[in-house]
Amino acid sequence: MKRTLRPPLWPAAAFFAVAAAFGPLLDTFWLSLLTLVFFYAFMGLSWNLMMSAGLLSLGHALFLGLGAYAAAVLTASTGVNPWLAIPAGALIAALAGSAIAWIGGRFSVRGVQFAVLTIAFAELTRVLFDNWDLVGGTGGFFLKAINPDTNRPLVTLRGGPLYFYFAFLVITAMAYFVIQRLMASRWGFRWRGINEDEDAARALGVPALRSKVLVVAISAGLAGLGGGLFGLMQGSLFPDSVMRLQLSIEVLIAPIIGGLGSPFGSIVGAFFVVPLMEFSNVLGQRIGYYGLNTLIYGVVILGVIAFLPDGIWPRVLRYMNAIRAA
Amino acid sequence: MLQVRNLTKAFRGLVAVRDVSFDVAVNEIVALIGPNGAGKTTCFNVISGALKPSSGSVTLGGELITGLMPEQVAMKGLVRTFQIVRPMRAMSVLENVMIGAFARTADVGQASEIAAEAVRGVGLESKESALAGSLTLPDRKMLELARAIAARPKLLLLDEVMAGLRPFETDRIVEIVRALRASGVTVLLIEHVMRVVVALADRIIVLHHGEKLAEGEPSKIGANPKVIESYLGKRAKLS
Repeated sequence: MKRTLRPPLWPAAAFFAVAAAFGPLLDTFWLSLLTLVFFYAFMGLSWNLMMSAGLLSLGHALFLGLGAYAAAVLTASTGVNPWLAIPAGALIAALAGSAIAWIGGRFSVRGVQFAVLTIAFAELTRVLFDNWDLVGGTGGFFLKAINPDTNRPLVTLRGGPLYFYFAFLVITAMAYFVIQRLMASRWGFRWRGINEDEDAARALGVPALRSKVLVVAISAGLAGLGGGLFGLMQGSLFPDSVMRLQLSIEVLIAPIIGGLGSPFGSIVGAFFVVPLMEFSNVLGQRIGYYGLNTLIYGVVILGVIAFLPDGIWPRVLRYMNAIRAA
Repeated sequence: MLQVRNLTKAFRGLVAVRDVSFDVAVNEIVALIGPNGAGKTTCFNVISGALKPSSGSVTLGGELITGLMPEQVAMKGLVRTFQIVRPMRAMSVLENVMIGAFARTADVGQASEIAAEAVRGVGLESKESALAGSLTLPDRKMLELARAIAARPKLLLLDEVMAGLRPFETDRIVEIVRALRASGVTVLLIEHVMRVVVALADRIIVLHHGEKLAEGEPSKIGANPKVIESYLGKRAKLS
């Protein structure tokens, strides 16, 4: 008997195609906003992948920051081609992730304790970078400005708003399909099994330690890749910007709001959370009350969590199924 | 198939299993019985790698497996079920069983076929796509069994699969276990339902206060005065 276990991929493919088609029609404001949306969607996908194995990361800024610094320092200081520098940063982030996962798995650091372990490593590294002269310490690391007239984005991997919009759109689409593929594989089943009941999964032959190291390595590698591109976009890097704890928290809001169960939830969540953040900033400034933006943002997020505890996307899917059935 | 030698497991001061030795031959069905707290489940936990023994050894098919991790033991063909069933609640019945099947194949299609067969084997095929969390207790027990079967065990350890089931459901499991044996699987089971033990087991091992009290054929164990004493007390007589 043939069974279709995989969800269809065409709706997501259509979504990415539409988003790509809209790119050239958007002005700079919308391009920057949607670039940020795809950045958070991408980071959410990466974070949510670890979550599928029950591993809560509160230190994703570590992987992002490692990728960002590696890509920037390698291209600026040693002249390595960014096509190599970004994967190198992803690899460094993946190795760091593997090490943390191995320590956590080997010494049975589970649940909340594992989350604290990720914070510890992220903060430790941030402080190290604060004091590391090679990467500029707290003073930051700066990329030389590029000449927009002679720059070729596909060589330097840097460019204007439209280029970065496409760049983050492409890596988000890529991450989405890779993760869908992984979740439908043997490893995806093992990660879900570990998430639900690690001991029962192990009794059925699931190699817990290897599964965890693999999922964290992939998640961290993706975060490093996104961080590399993010660093090139920012042009300036500070430990307190790309490795700060707050960033680790920001990264997990989109997937939680969008819906933890499915990768597409992270994308939906980013489309909700990032514009909300921007618009509450604008509104807060118009009214002129300091801190009003955070209040608006916080109240809306609270509302979503209160009324849609499973997230936006699972609820939308349920409505669509109900309509189809009717 | 399985040799347990001088197995001792102590939790700090409390000795849960003391110097227990027994064998299980290939294709045999052996029952481990004893009053509550006799150390049966601890014995299972040590054999399956969930707990490290304080001393003693466990050999599976001539290979020493003491100190291996549970997943390594499972890959070597020793698969156990849990007394308190542990379904992956947010996964469907078929997906649960596929996790077991992935012990033997990396291919998703193949795994789903192995799993579907195991699900049919325990009669859960109509609930294949139901979430495991929504199943009733008897169905969860069946799922626990199907998951273990899909991992293609050589030696299956069943920890009280019949507890809490109605007679016709236990009869169904008795049938399934017999069919498994016919297909070449060796079974070691912990059981309280004596009707089932007598119906299934070739041999019974009785544990009491962590020590092996008696061992033998079902008919002889029931008449053993030491066994009667451990269950019913000194003054009880065989009527």
